[in-house]
Amino acid sequence: MNEKTKTSEDCSRRQFFTHISYTLGGLAALMVGIPIVGSVLAPIVKKPKPIWRPVGEVKSFTVGDTVIVSFIDSSPLPWAGVTAETAAWLRREGNEEFICFSVNCAHLGCPVRWVAGARLFMCPCHGGVYYEDGSVAAGPPPRGLYNYPVRVNNGQVEILTSPIPITTV
Amino acid sequence: MESLKRAWLWFDDRTGLGSALGPVIKHPVPPNSASWFYVFGSATLFAFMLQVATGVTLAFMYVPSAGEAYQSLQFITDQTTFGRIVRGMHNWGASAMILLIGVHMVRVYLTASYKFPREMHWISGVVLWALTVIMAFSGQVIRWDQTAVWSTIVASEQAGRIPFIGTWVAQFLIGGETIGAATLSRMFAYHVFIVPALLFLFIGLHLYLVIKNGISEFPKAGKPVDPKTYRKEYEDLVKKKGIPFWPDAAWRDMVFGFVVITTILLIAIIIGPPALGPPPNPSNIDALPVPDWYFVFYFAFLALMPPQMETYLMVFGPLLVGALLFFLPFISNKGERSPLRRPWAVAIVALTIASISGLWAIGISSPWSPHFHAKPLTVEIIGADSGPIYRGGEHFNNKGCLYCHTISGHGGLRGPNLTYIGDRLSSDELTWRIMNGGLNMPGFGGTLTNEELGDLVIFLKSRTKQNQEADLSSGED
Repeated sequence: MNEKTKTSEDCSRRQFFTHISYTLGGLAALMVGIPIVGSVLAPIVKKPKPIWRPVGEVKSFTVGDTVIVSFIDSSPLPWAGVTAETAAWLRREGNEEFICFSVNCAHLGCPVRWVAGARLFMCPCHGGVYYEDGSVAAGPPPRGLYNYPVRVNNGQVEILTSPIPITTV
Repeated sequence: MESLKRAWLWFDDRTGLGSALGPVIKHPVPPNSASWFYVFGSATLFAFMLQVATGVTLAFMYVPSAGEAYQSLQFITDQTTFGRIVRGMHNWGASAMILLIGVHMVRVYLTASYKFPREMHWISGVVLWALTVIMAFSGQVIRWDQTAVWSTIVASEQAGRIPFIGTWVAQFLIGGETIGAATLSRMFAYHVFIVPALLFLFIGLHLYLVIKNGISEFPKAGKPVDPKTYRKEYEDLVKKKGIPFWPDAAWRDMVFGFVVITTILLIAIIIGPPALGPPPNPSNIDALPVPDWYFVFYFAFLALMPPQMETYLMVFGPLLVGALLFFLPFISNKGERSPLRRPWAVAIVALTIASISGLWAIGISSPWSPHFHAKPLTVEIIGADSGPIYRGGEHFNNKGCLYCHTISGHGGLRGPNLTYIGDRLSSDELTWRIMNGGLNMPGFGGTLTNEELGDLVIFLKSRTKQNQEADLSSGED
């Protein structure tokens, strides 16, 4: 009886040490894990504020022409170099009316090109084709080209910086 | 020599490494496993060791900063001593690793070495294969030229199709909402810290399991695996007939490993590393981001899958392949191992190789892509230097038709070859097709004037065999 009690006590003491070791290990991992995981996941939570970027004077664009314009992202890091740049297709449709398309194909994001003679956007990767209004003309894109907000401000055409459009289901 | 031996004996006495590792590397293996079929796993390991050595060397010179990585790669390739060769070895070593791990998996599958008691060998191997693929992709991205940037976007777009969390996963990959400084830093962390750490871990597990359960014996037809008796039979086999792994079996691994490493070095010296593309400027859209050769079959798959099914195939296809590979030992872990008694296994391997080869061949030519740099039709091909046929030929050159259709060897492959279209379609049919499009062709009704359309139809109608032969014979005269 005495022997049995001793074993039982021994076990519970051992169990206590086991539990406290697991708990302390888990707690330590959790404490350091929060800042580590938080830091790694921050880019998908922290959104940069969109900025209107000027891309040229209104008079520099000809009505009816679709041209490529480049501008700087909303909040590039100092060491971004050329990767801070992005581009969009811009067309002047009237006196002060502009339409702006993402260069990313809605299929898998490849850069679409404007074929002026055919008045089509064509994607080199998997053959997506869009009409001049951005709607799908042929190929695999599940939807038309994405539009970027565009405005005229003090004689300057400005495009609102936007995320790379991700086509979701 | 004597002093070196004494030093080793002292070292071994204090550390016990010799007595601990000696029996491990000399453990007995089945004599028929000392075969040239069994050298691909060790060769993959040798290629990995080369990747570690060359990768660490490159890290001495590479700058993982989005604004400077490209210039540092130019510096490594063009200005450093042996930098070109080291970069070349790292590139071709990656190709070798992908190839060898594939051959090793095929060998293990065909000889059913994944069956009892080696299920975990296979599962850890599948994890290693997946990690190798991630290394190959992230390595292509930290090459950080124009193709790298667009490849990252393409990968993110695929991740974006994951239901509910697609955008989050995509932005996690990019490191934000746009390509930028964070993209390269994160990809560099995956490539040199996270994935290699996992690779070391799983290689350790894989090798430990090989020691624990032993190298599988080469299978014999009619000698199935029975989990109840297998371990005892294997123990008896290696006890009675086993040969020491080192050096009786390992010499083949060393010979083949030497051939692999030497081949990689020679290719690195002769061909060198892949040329860098233009700088990683996302505003430069003159790009065709074709991946490295080992991903070209998947590139083709993305282009050819039916659009209505592509989201499912894109997201669940790789998951399904991964799950099938992962759970293979649970589908079948006993019975026949010999490929002579497993015709379905042979058929699956043959079909997989044929599918990948076929997709790869199509991916190289990418017939679905508009051929933006196609040579325009010449006056000789058009067959006129004025009038409606000439004007129609010029419209064919300028209105984008040339990018997708070939005439007399000039043009793209996306649409049908129109060299003899005049023999197949009437003027009305041509007009209807051009105006309305169809079968993956856009309609040009809104962009062509009546005059342009008329000229184009006359030109296309003149594309007949008879006319071409007449042109040819008049040219010969």
